[in-house]
Amino acid sequence: MSSDSLRIGFIPLADAAALIVAADKGFAVKLGLSLDLVREVSWSNVRDKLNIGLFDAAHLLAPLAIASTLGIGHLKMPLLVPFVLGANGNAITVSPALHSALILAADGGDVTDPNVSARALARVVGERRKRGADPLTFGMTFPFSCHNYLLRFWMAAGGIDPDEEVRLVVLPPPYIADSLSSRQVDGFCVGAPWNSVAVELGIGHILHFGSDIFARAPEKVLAVRAAWSANRDDVLNRLVSALHQAAAFIDNPDNLAEVVALLAAPHRIGVAPEIIERTFRGSLRIAPGNSFRSDPNYILIGRQGAARPDPSDAAWLYAQMVRWNQAPLSADLLFAAKACFRPDLYDGALGAAAKSSAASAEHIGAFTGPWFDGDDVVGYLAALKMPVKNQ
Amino acid sequence: MDPALNIVIVDENPVRAAILIDGLREAGYTRVTRIEETTNLLAHIYSLDPDVIVIDLENPSRDVLAQMFQVSRAVKRPIAMFVDQSDAAAIEAAVDAGVSAYIVDGLKKERIRGILDLCISRFNAFARLSGELERAQNALSERKVIDRAKGILMKAKNVSEADAYAMLRKTAMNENKKIAEVAQSVVTAAELLK
Repeated sequence: MSSDSLRIGFIPLADAAALIVAADKGFAVKLGLSLDLVREVSWSNVRDKLNIGLFDAAHLLAPLAIASTLGIGHLKMPLLVPFVLGANGNAITVSPALHSALILAADGGDVTDPNVSARALARVVGERRKRGADPLTFGMTFPFSCHNYLLRFWMAAGGIDPDEEVRLVVLPPPYIADSLSSRQVDGFCVGAPWNSVAVELGIGHILHFGSDIFARAPEKVLAVRAAWSANRDDVLNRLVSALHQAAAFIDNPDNLAEVVALLAAPHRIGVAPEIIERTFRGSLRIAPGNSFRSDPNYILIGRQGAARPDPSDAAWLYAQMVRWNQAPLSADLLFAAKACFRPDLYDGALGAAAKSSAASAEHIGAFTGPWFDGDDVVGYLAALKMPVKNQ
Repeated sequence: MDPALNIVIVDENPVRAAILIDGLREAGYTRVTRIEETTNLLAHIYSLDPDVIVIDLENPSRDVLAQMFQVSRAVKRPIAMFVDQSDAAAIEAAVDAGVSAYIVDGLKKERIRGILDLCISRFNAFARLSGELERAQNALSERKVIDRAKGILMKAKNVSEADAYAMLRKTAMNENKKIAEVAQSVVTAAELLK
């Protein structure tokens, strides 16, 4: 077996775990791959360096892989996804002031229920408009991100038009703390571990886990250029195998301490080990003090078949782009989006192991709204246009 | 060259920004502004209404600029990235140098080619300079720690400066380390034993 060297860009987030463990625990080396992980500060950098070939592969926002493939918002660069690095892992965090306002507006309702919180948010938004206050501002990490779609889906469920009634801004994670404490934003949606970082600083309340809004949504993927992969079947197979082994290692609770130590290293994610440990236990402190909440599905690295790319998930991401006017609706684009997610490459690399992990868990599973059918995107989008029932 | 172009520099490094602004002014561009704040970046950009935006790649705010490409009421006019598919070489040179540029949609590329070339060369010059500075600083601090270690050995072992240095060098060779590393261990040990 030859030894091949791959340069892979990543953003310091919990869902880069499979890459980091594959590289630092030796799974890649055993398969003859030397992984050079390059930490980046922006998704724009990761995308550009993948595009021009400085990276062989990248940890990428799932919607960004599709946007690149379709040529939406930037240069067109067809990408392939042979492995989903993580599902879920996001949360909506709000300022203590907005949290109190939501509880008041919920009028005794339980704001941990996203139906209740979304309607409460609509009341807060309406009340601010009436008294001429600035609209609420929410941060997310990139226009083509599940954070953006998650916030929008939740707000729209409460009857809010996210383009008209609130401000949605891109907020790079390093600026979250400052922006929230200086009240430049009232809340944000971001991946682990940044929600926990805000709670630890005493400046935010985690209102919802992403899994409250979508039971299971693809979040970050391993992306490679379609052209690059053309004559590299063998390398790609080994990379997918190494990631699969790393994901299985991460998912074994006996390995948690070791995984946390690898991820917390300064040149990897570089945040306090306790915060990373809570992320992987799915047990997060949600408010200053001793207030914890758990969800075993808070973040899924490989578990429940989450690593296997599903073209239906790609169709769902594309439907979100259409819903929010990022992409036009066309059969060709839908086809190209689905073709970007490649279960065949995953299955080809893992053989029998793929079958055992392909158990089809419920995908998407939004807390409200129409059921998503990857074969009927038009019907799904039409059903979303139905007016929201206000109570 | 087009002195009327309104250029905005987004760079948290004040020295590099100054080098870049000087270069642009020397080249005859008179309307060059640097944005220092990372908060409300888009509001700053919209109020300056630039034709060209230059941002360094170490800046997380690059993702904020991605928002300018979105359909939104806040955007006064669409802005497209300078480098498109036909510019593979220019993209690579820019990314290599650590800089990226965005321009107002519709602006002819030829009009700003000079700006990007200038940014690339100034960024490269800055990287060279900071590399040299860092090496010089390292050399200086290494020399200081070696001097301290020599002093400690001269006192403890009652040897000459040349002998103390020879001891450091011999240990470094035996342990396959740099002299400065051995010197640092001597200094650390001496502090612990104080």
